[in-house]
Amino acid sequence: MEGKIETQTMDAMPEGKEGSSVKIKVLFFARARDLTGLSEMPMEVSSGSSAHDCLNDLVAKFPSLEEIRGCLVLALNEEYTTESAIVGDKDELAIIPPISGG
Amino acid sequence: MTPEEKTLVEILDEHNPIDLARYINYVTAPQAGAISTFSGTTRDSFEGKTVLELRYEAYKPMAIRCIKSICSSARSSWNLHSIAVAHRLGPVPVGITSVFIAISAVHRVDALDACKFVIDELKASVPIWKKEVYANGEVWKENSEFLERRLELGKKDGVGGGKDVEFEGHHRKGCCGAKVKVNGGGVANISTSHGWSSELE
Repeated sequence: MEGKIETQTMDAMPEGKEGSSVKIKVLFFARARDLTGLSEMPMEVSSGSSAHDCLNDLVAKFPSLEEIRGCLVLALNEEYTTESAIVGDKDELAIIPPISGG
Repeated sequence: MTPEEKTLVEILDEHNPIDLARYINYVTAPQAGAISTFSGTTRDSFEGKTVLELRYEAYKPMAIRCIKSICSSARSSWNLHSIAVAHRLGPVPVGITSVFIAISAVHRVDALDACKFVIDELKASVPIWKKEVYANGEVWKENSEFLERRLELGKKDGVGGGKDVEFEGHHRKGCCGAKVKVNGGGVANISTSHGWSSELE
């Protein structure tokens, strides 16, 4: 994803720190899936965005997620992550509402 | 692990019953004098409401990774021979097993303690969800063990951190509005080891 910075503006992109963006995949499980109506979706965010930034974008897009925001956790590429982690191109970000296995 | 010590982790797709004998056979070994098992089964009621079934789903690849990590952690804390963990997905009717753990060891104390550790850790950190289905509605359940651990999960050692993991004092009552929190799980607990001891209140 390094390389040329295109002059074209990306749709719905806030101005990135480096003017470039990364594409990630977002997964929704259980209550998060019920609230968004989606089990997964692609998402484009500015380079250098954190998992927290991604979550903010998601809550803006799906305001109903606010309901579980205080109790969910995030996983990046199949591992639990802090919200400060920076997402990279092709990363998989999972929205994990309270689990209830067993 | 020596070559004959084995770990088996399986997340079973819907309509595949858990074959308890298969997992017990898997961990059976001549050098192991003890096999401890835990079976979590669908209970018929929750707070007076009749439960028809539980419906499970998982973030499957991550769930398998998490369970394997818990098994490694158990091996680092106890002297174990083999471990088998199975969790079902999809609908699980009343009385039927949704999660099963079998652990063999030379001596029983290791097998018993590790078995309790594995189910407790599974409930706290493995991305699996269940919806409780009643005659007149349904609700996503929330494990109290997860809510206690939530803030630790993103940090290192948040998963399967060993038997001396300390819970920080976040005794939340559940944080998703009016939804029901599960104390001790939505499953009845049948175990050859300890009784259930994870309830908060």
